[in-house]
Amino acid sequence: MTADINTMLPEIVLALYAMVALIAIVYTGKDAMARLSLWMTSIVFVGMAAWIATSGEGTSVAFGGMFVDDAFSRFAKVTILLSAAAVLLMSEEYMTRRDLLRFEYPLLVALAAVGMMVMVSAGDLMALYMGLELQSLALYVVASLRRDNVKSTEAGLKYFVLGALSSGLLLYGASLTYGYAGTTLFTGIVDAAGDGPMSLGLIFGLVFLSVGLAFKVSAAPFHMWTPDVYEGAPTPVTAFFATAPKVAAMGLFARVMHDAFGTSVADWQQIVAFLAVLSMFLGAIAAIGQTDIKRLMAYSSIAHMGFALMGLAAGTALGVQAMLIYMAIYVTMNIGTFAFILSMNKEGQPVTNISSLNSLASREPVQALAMLVLMFSLAGVPPMLGFFGKYGVLVAAVDAGLSWLAIAGVIASVVGAFYYLRIVYFMYFGEAQDDISVKATPVLKLFLVGSAAAMLLGVINLFGIEAPAALAAASLVN
Amino acid sequence: MDNLLSIVTFLPLLGALILALFLRGDDEAAQRNAKWVALWATAATFVFSIFILTGFDASNTGFQFVEEHTWLMGLTYKMGVDGISVLFVMLTTFLMPIVIASCWGVTHRVKEYMIAFLLLETLMLGVFCALDMVLFYLFFEAGLIPMFLIIGIWGGANRIYASFKFFLYTFLGSVLMLVAMVTMYIEAGTTDIPTLLSFEFDSAVLDLFGFHILGGLQTLLFLAFFASFAVKMPMWPVHTWLPDAHVQAPTAGSVVLAAILLKMGGYGFLRFSLPMFPVGSEILSPLVLWMSAIAIVYTSLVALVQEDMKKLIAYSSVAHMGFVTMGIFAANQQGVDGAIFQMISHGFISGALFLCVGVIYDRIHTRDIDAYGGLVNRMPAYALVFMFFTMANVGLPGTSGFVGEFLTIIGVFQVNTWVAMVAATGVILSAGYALWLYRRVVMGDLIKESLKTITDMTRLERAIFAPLVVMTLLLGIYPSLVTDIIGPSVSALVQNYDVAVSAFDAAAQTAEIAAH
Repeated sequence: MTADINTMLPEIVLALYAMVALIAIVYTGKDAMARLSLWMTSIVFVGMAAWIATSGEGTSVAFGGMFVDDAFSRFAKVTILLSAAAVLLMSEEYMTRRDLLRFEYPLLVALAAVGMMVMVSAGDLMALYMGLELQSLALYVVASLRRDNVKSTEAGLKYFVLGALSSGLLLYGASLTYGYAGTTLFTGIVDAAGDGPMSLGLIFGLVFLSVGLAFKVSAAPFHMWTPDVYEGAPTPVTAFFATAPKVAAMGLFARVMHDAFGTSVADWQQIVAFLAVLSMFLGAIAAIGQTDIKRLMAYSSIAHMGFALMGLAAGTALGVQAMLIYMAIYVTMNIGTFAFILSMNKEGQPVTNISSLNSLASREPVQALAMLVLMFSLAGVPPMLGFFGKYGVLVAAVDAGLSWLAIAGVIASVVGAFYYLRIVYFMYFGEAQDDISVKATPVLKLFLVGSAAAMLLGVINLFGIEAPAALAAASLVN
Repeated sequence: MDNLLSIVTFLPLLGALILALFLRGDDEAAQRNAKWVALWATAATFVFSIFILTGFDASNTGFQFVEEHTWLMGLTYKMGVDGISVLFVMLTTFLMPIVIASCWGVTHRVKEYMIAFLLLETLMLGVFCALDMVLFYLFFEAGLIPMFLIIGIWGGANRIYASFKFFLYTFLGSVLMLVAMVTMYIEAGTTDIPTLLSFEFDSAVLDLFGFHILGGLQTLLFLAFFASFAVKMPMWPVHTWLPDAHVQAPTAGSVVLAAILLKMGGYGFLRFSLPMFPVGSEILSPLVLWMSAIAIVYTSLVALVQEDMKKLIAYSSVAHMGFVTMGIFAANQQGVDGAIFQMISHGFISGALFLCVGVIYDRIHTRDIDAYGGLVNRMPAYALVFMFFTMANVGLPGTSGFVGEFLTIIGVFQVNTWVAMVAATGVILSAGYALWLYRRVVMGDLIKESLKTITDMTRLERAIFAPLVVMTLLLGIYPSLVTDIIGPSVSALVQNYDVAVSAFDAAAQTAEIAAH
């Protein structure tokens, strides 16, 4: 029992922190302590990330295999916690200025983070569902944080209804799987699936599970909620949606596919490859007509999930490693991009229209340059890190014999390049007109410039994330 | 010096960083400083690159000045030059100070302009020095970014269309090459170019979606690389981005585009397509030869009817690049020698021609041929320089333009007489459009009111053209300067190619006999 708790200690500590802080603040200062709560939560996140990164070793399971702590989960957790901390720090100024900074916000994010950590560590369908729901419930509330705003409420409601639907599908898949495998443990499902062809019931279970997970990573054709939620939610919340939950969902996807169905790669490879190719093209094509940068980033994230799924579709350790590296790079790029979006405003009001970026480069050269780097990185143009992310998944896909998927992917990335270039075009080639100001606070500027610099400097050695990612992949795929 | 190539490659980047970090303000003094820093950086790069040339052993057909470090994702940072690439490095370092000097009159966002060109120089040099496939791709693709900005920010009226077209066109070509590179990595287990050069990719017949693909994997890989290099080159019919990009780009951008960027396609054919996929090249070479012949004649005819000077020269570039692809895919000593020679010489000549347009564009602000006429009356020095480069463009013996065209035609004549004949008519057509342009712009009476006060070239402009004139003449009179350096490497390339192709033919024959 003690060993079980030790394995799960980070999650327990974080959950306790969230609950204790919630009660303490309710009884003391309430919203007056929102800033404190925000900073404290960020610090806790960073501390936990450092703790997880340095402490864990090898693979250990808890509660009879329901909870797995291995290199894979640690890699995902560190990425989740660091990105959540970054997003929290970025939201402070925006939320304060719009009177949105409630003390619950950081604590809800903390609870969501606990859910995500459980997700990537799940070794059982029930643990999976528990983590997923904890995350989702916290996110539904955060999405409609702006209660008096129609769009924000709508976003929250939409997210809730579709999220519930996807949870239902997932549960249905889980129950089918349980019915045919006789267990909810991943290790048991693997045994039941065996090396030969799977039973029809298990395949149905697998399909429904995949659909539910595809909803969570917002892969096409289950992406419909993404643009609306991205647009409606307050921008810091959108930034959060675009980063940590994506890593968690992708981690969970990889975990279910490899841990529970690892012996029947051929069965799910087609599903994942189909999701990947559809997401890449839909994300690339649908974003072309967007005028709102948040909606654009929603479609961009769909396309990027397609690329990450390409790594997963390979069904190899190389593929998982490529996927993890891709996600880490994707999250870094998105943090920078949202730091920029958060600082876009006109006379204090937030602006999200792309055309308002006209000739920004002549007024804010540093930020425009950082954004330029990020846009080219998102488009996958070398020498930015975004290219290496794509290169990794391409190698994995071709190695697994999915050359057609690789070709489809690169063609989609050319289509996608168009809208990233369009942002550059507005910033650099646009006619001068005094439109918006991008008055970034030092924190936002730090994240924007830092993430752009990371995209360039990472070309030297990827900041050494390659080895941990390889270790993580090896621990998942065997 | 062990890392001479890295020094040469990244010296311009250092200049760009100095500009970006330390230069503040946008007043006249800051602008002048930016130009001087850029000029010094490019000049220093040129000086360092001279050591490459002096230390280069032409008789050694292997790679020289090699440096190698491990890098990320199983790749290596490996640089080196051989007889094929060394002259492209020299061409780049030689032309860049001239390019920088030619933007002395720019006043719009000077600092950024200089940074863009310095970045571009680093990336171009990287392309020619890289000995790791992915490193090559990195430099090759990254070059799009500064060029996209140069066209988009400092270009003409229709610059946005041109810059997007340029970027997306070349990007689409390149990503297919990326997939091919990844496939090669999976097949050969390495991205190291020297190793890949001696690796034999599978050339057994492949059945794909019911298609019977002769040459198998080699043909497919060849096509993927071809997609990239043919666009970059550019070859007919995927050349349409070039006239747009040229017309809209500022003068210096056009010079770099025509003189250096286009050469990356030809270099790519010589570095990858021909030596790595000899069978694929051999199977598709008739197609490429005819595409080149069509390019030469068709784009020459198109050039005849242009009313915009830059567009005319852009089409003439496409035609001249047709000689290059033709020479490369003749795949014999004269053809490949001629192709490389033609690329080097075209670097000087087309660069100079765009600068010639720039000289009068700076004064009258139009590129319409009709707006000019009789310039010789007020600009005798200009008329002389323009005459010289027009003749070089036509391929007058004694200028470098002649040698390249002559060698490539000799090369292709041994392989396909009809293509050689069609291409030779292109030489006549090029005389047609080039001389007619010259007549309309320079000759005749000076009747246009706007030209009455035009002034002849300044001292700076003369200084810019002087080295180009010298090089064009020098290479025209004494072509061994180039052929001695490239000869051994080219001969090794051609030999390997012949061995691979005859092995494939022998295998095909045995298979045929066995089938009977």
